[in-house]
This record gives sequence, C-alpha cells and structure tokens, in this order.
Amino acid sequence: MAYTQFVLVCAGTACDSCHSRAMYERLVEGVRAHGLADRVQVVRTGCFGFCAQGPVVKVLPDESFYVKVQPTDADEIVAEHLVKGRPVRRLLYSGPAPAAAVTDIPFYQKQLRIVLRNCGLIDPENVHEYIARDGYAALARVLTEMTPEDVIEELRRSGLRGRGGAGYPTWKKWSFTKAVEADTKYIICNADEGDPGAYMDRSTLEGDPHSILEAMAIAGYAVGAHQGYIYVRAEYPLAIHRLDIAIRQARELGLLGRDILGRGFDFDIEIRLGAGAFVCGEETALIASIEGKRGMPVPRPPYPAVRGLWGRPTVINNVETLANVPVIILKGGDWFASIGTETSKGTKVFALTGKVNNSGLIEVPMGITLREIIFDIGGGIKGGKRFKAVQTGGPSGGLIPEQFLDTPIDYESLAKLGSIMGSGGMIVMDEDDCIVDVNKFYLEFTVDESCGKCAPCRIGGRTMYNLLTKIAEGRGTVADIEQIQTVATAMQKASLCGLGQTAPNPVLSGLRYFGDEYRVHIKERRCPAGRCRALVTYTILPDKCIGCTLCARRCPVNCISGERRKPHIIDLTRCIKCGECFQVCKFGAVQRS
Amino acid sequence: MHEETEITSLPDRSIELPEPVAKFIEEWKDKPGNLIMVLHKVQEHYGYVPRDVAFEVAARLRVPLAKIYGVITFYHFFKLRKPGRHQIAVCMGTACYLKGGEDLIKELETILGIGLNQTTPDGEFSLEAVRCIGCCGLAPVLTVDGQVYGRLTKDQLADIVARHRGA
Repeated sequence: MAYTQFVLVCAGTACDSCHSRAMYERLVEGVRAHGLADRVQVVRTGCFGFCAQGPVVKVLPDESFYVKVQPTDADEIVAEHLVKGRPVRRLLYSGPAPAAAVTDIPFYQKQLRIVLRNCGLIDPENVHEYIARDGYAALARVLTEMTPEDVIEELRRSGLRGRGGAGYPTWKKWSFTKAVEADTKYIICNADEGDPGAYMDRSTLEGDPHSILEAMAIAGYAVGAHQGYIYVRAEYPLAIHRLDIAIRQARELGLLGRDILGRGFDFDIEIRLGAGAFVCGEETALIASIEGKRGMPVPRPPYPAVRGLWGRPTVINNVETLANVPVIILKGGDWFASIGTETSKGTKVFALTGKVNNSGLIEVPMGITLREIIFDIGGGIKGGKRFKAVQTGGPSGGLIPEQFLDTPIDYESLAKLGSIMGSGGMIVMDEDDCIVDVNKFYLEFTVDESCGKCAPCRIGGRTMYNLLTKIAEGRGTVADIEQIQTVATAMQKASLCGLGQTAPNPVLSGLRYFGDEYRVHIKERRCPAGRCRALVTYTILPDKCIGCTLCARRCPVNCISGERRKPHIIDLTRCIKCGECFQVCKFGAVQRS
Repeated sequence: MHEETEITSLPDRSIELPEPVAKFIEEWKDKPGNLIMVLHKVQEHYGYVPRDVAFEVAARLRVPLAKIYGVITFYHFFKLRKPGRHQIAVCMGTACYLKGGEDLIKELETILGIGLNQTTPDGEFSLEAVRCIGCCGLAPVLTVDGQVYGRLTKDQLADIVARHRGA
C-alpha cells in the first residue's frame, strides 16, 4: 500500500484559529467515506507562511494550492479533486493572476527555504516524517564521522551568524564555550520571541520542532555539553505542546538521552517557560529567568560562553540560528556560504506584516532588496495606498524610508541605515501611519519592558516617552528634539543591556528620515496622517452633509446635532475625537484636519 | 540570602493544595530554577496565583515569600488577582496596533462596561491587552480563553462577547 496523493493542511496558529482543525477532520472523514484512505494521506503540517490567505491546503503531487478553505469546502475537495482529479477552481489561489500550482504564486517565487524547509511539508508531531526528510542524519554524521573541531570548522566555513539580532558568528560562540575547561556545560535555545509583530520562531517550533532538538544535540557534542534547555514563551502553547511531543519521541528512538545512537554521547533537553518579559531575550536575563529569578541582565563580561547558566559555560542560540545547523552539516559550510552577501550568509526568515497585501512568514536569501520583499513577495501596499516606511528589528530597530528600498539587505547594510536585522519582524507602514505615533508605540513598549535595573534605560526611556507624548499632543517645542537626541545618546552609551542601548533606534530613525513630520507636529500643531488624536479635529462640511443622521446616531458622546435632511454640526467642546463619524459617513461630509 | 529556618516558621497558613499542583511541586522541588515552572502550574490551575497558595509554595520550595512576590510582579504573565471566567486578550503587537487594536479595546470597554485589566462585576469577563500573540497575518486579533479571532472589525465584537457569555 502506498499513498499516491497527499493533502497537506496547515495547522499553524493562524490557520488553526480559522477552523483548520475542523476542516482537517472533515477531509479525513471524506477520504475515508470515499474509500480513498489507502491511497490519500491527509497531514496536519506546520506553517505555510501565507497566513493572510489561511487556512491553506496543498495537494501533492499536483501542487494545487487552496486558500481560505472552510470546513464546508472539504467535501468538495474530496469529491472533485481527490476522487475525480479535477481541482476545485474557486478555492485555488488567484492573486494578481490565477495560479494552478504553488510555483506560480508570486508570494513563493523569490523565497528560498532552508530554515523553513519542513514547515508545511511534514507532520510536526511525527518524528518519522522528520527522519524521512533527512532528519537526524546530521546528528548521525556528527557522531560517527566528525570530531567536535570538525563541527565548529564546518560552521566557520558556513559563515552562519546569530539570527536573534546582533549577528555574532555562531562558530565563535561555540568555540569559546568549547575552550573552557568545565565538567558541566549547557546549551540553551532562546525561543523567547518577544518582538511585537514577529513570529518566525513560533512557526519553526510549531512546524519543525525536531530540527531544533537535533541542532542542540549537535551543539552539545561540539562544545562538550550534555544538557540543553529550550526557553520558550508561555504565550506559545502550541509550540510548547509540539516540543514536548518531539522530545518524548526523540528519547524513545534513542536520539536524545543516554548513549545516543550507540556512540557514547549523552544529551537531553528540558523545556523552561518564559512568563512574558521582553528583556528575557537578552542572554544574561534569560539565564536569570531559567534560574527561577527575576529576568534582569548582568554586565558582560564574563560572557555566558564562559560563565552562564548556574555559573557554567553556556551556549545560547536563537531558534532560527539552530534550525540552520543540521542543513549546514549535511550540505556543507561551503554550500551555505554560497548563498547571501559577502558578510551575511544564508537566508533570513521575516514576519512580513502591517499594511502589505500578502502578510505572512517568508524566508529569503540575504542580499534581496526590501522592494522585492514588499512589492514582489508582499504584493505591494494594501488598498493601493502609498508606501511610507518599513520597520525592521522591532523595538530595537528603525524605520527605513522609500529611498532605500533598493538596498540589498544584510546585517551591515541595515545597520548603516540606522536599523538592525533583528530577529525578523518587518512591519510595513503606509501613508495613514504617523511616524511620531509609531515611534511612541515602540517607546511605550520598551519603557514598559525595561527591567528597571539601570538608570539610563529606566529614566531615559520614560523621559523620551514623555517628550514624544508632548509632541503628539501638540505641546512640543524645537528644544524637545534636541533633548530627545541627548537622552538617546546617553541611553545608547550607558545602558546595561541591548534593550536600553537600542530603545532609541526607532525615534532616531524617525527624526533622521521623517524630521519634517516631526516639525509639522511641533510648528503647525498638525498630524498629517491624522493618527495623533489631540491634533485632529472633525468637522462636518455643510454642503456635503445630507442630514442622514447616521453620524449623530453613532456618536458615542452624542455631540452631533442637527435636524433630519439638514446639515449636522459637531460640538467640538464635547467631541472625544474617536473618528466614528468620519468612518461611517457615506458622503464624505466629515472632514478630518 | 535568607536562612531556611525563617521560611519554615511562617504562620499557620498551610493549606491543602490540589493534587496536580502538589504532585508537580513534589516532582520539581529539588530541581534548580523551579520557581517559575511551579508558578505556571499554580496559575494554570487557579487562573492566577492566590495569596495563600503563594505562602504554601514558599514553604514547600523553601524560598522567601518576598522572592515569589518579586518574580510574580516582574513577569507580565502572572496574575495576583482572579480573572473573569472568560478572559479576553486583545493583541497590541505592532501589526495589530497599526490595524486598529486600540479601537477593539475601546469598543470592548464600552460593551463590557469595564476598563483594561478589570473584571466585570458578575465575574464573567476580564479584559486585557497583550503583547504579540504571533498571528500578525490575521491582524487585528484577540483571544477569548485562548481561542483566536482574527481579521476583526469592531462590529463583530458584540457577537463574540455574546457567544461566550454564560458558555
């Protein structure tokens, strides 16, 4: 008995929330009812990345790509496609042009999947599917054919750099820890993905958990560690669940635990939960959190590579970094180094979100331009609006304006633009977004997440936030800009950890590229995008208002009055500027200025 | 560091812990760095960390109560007050913020008659804003008891609340 057709159903968090499970069950039921169970396999897989179109279903071998599939559509897919071999046209993806197969879809054409190689292809809860895709072959090769030195040398050749943000060469981290004499060492996988607007690690853990376990075991062998910890956000229950299953399955097969593959190497992994603290993405704070303490950073050096968890030498790698390791071992460092730019090798996963048509999870080779990502893969700006800026690196990164869209992206080029690669959040903004407002949003985040240990971050962040609030409320002065710059410099130089050092980045990039917008807020007391509530007034244009009373009925504070069929009036003294009238008016009679 | 004797001499507040929690503490008692994992278990069971349970955890793990309080208040995830039977969490990650997460909160405040981080007088709903829950492709999103609702407009909220009320 062999399967000839496969129906892959995305079971990532986004699709799951759109009833993908019910749809999956209906597909399985349909396949059984039609007596197809011995030739069609229905699989729940990890994330396909195209979240904007979820729930997503792919049928192999013909590569038909169904989008927004509801449970009620399942019967038709079974009866038409699986039984009669006729794809259900109305459910096929048709973006700019109809696409019969995945390879025709622009969203996927410029992508290169190394980290996400198995996401959307295998059942993450079945270790055998991972093994069938060369899973644990890298670990086997490492244990049978390579010395720890060989492993680190392969990584050096690959040029792999940390994907958590800073981009430190992975092989260096490993060799520092290897060089320290100690009876106990640790490997930590940092899965505390805190950047608001990013979910690369979540999708990798949900879609391909074994790749992380395998990589951690390889790291353990290379540096001489026998215990690993995965520090994962408690807000990711599905990822935790799948990691738990994966660890159990790997232990059962002797791929974790004592004497792995009979080669005398011991390595085991335990999950530790984060509890919602952004600062715990910083490695010393993360270590404190695993130790059960408040997640506060400590000064480095000593670096965790030398003195880490419980004072022992510790390697900390982010999820995406680790996911690259097994592929590098199998295909070779030279192969990996052939992808990307001079200084940045391989691919990068981004969570492309915001005002872009195709939001989702993408993996692209380093050196691709922002324009290709946003306009080719992302399909351009939603609703035909104008592109304004893109923020990479989340609260630690910066805004990049239109004139730099053609910059090939790598660690260095993004840093030159005043942003960072970061963990992979990529938020697209359009003309309706206000730079002051967005800068304020990120600062509010970092102020809230500052652990409070060092003054530059604790006080500097708050001071800067207050200044931005002043500007957003129309009380700003030109001197405030100077003060923001002074505080920013102090924070960058004197903060204890990366959180405080990088917190000013969004504001600085805002001032650098969108200084005019700041000046309009200060000098004209106006918010061009209409987002800063205090600077906006709503008025009704008497010549356009037909007196339909809709706005008056919807106004939450009843401050709109007027007779039926006669122009209405907003009482500005009572208006709370919620914008409800502006949104509901069908005649464009409410003006926002 | 406090001496252990100080902790064991806590007043007679000792309470019976429910079996899964007691068992978990027993399993983790001697593992280093167990406190956060134990607090997760406690919150999973009660929905928050009740004061008397915190006393009991302090005694069983032999850690100062002050340290437990310090950890609970440091991390956003842990709660000291009992949440509503249904917990509504509106995502305020960047993507959701740009797509109107704030409007969802305002609307829910109106529907429920409570502010952020409050619980309705009947104990039915509590409302909070949370950091990115990783469904940015569906922005703006909220969750009710962990179930994700995506691509929302505020007109849909009254319906969602009604669906969970009393359920």
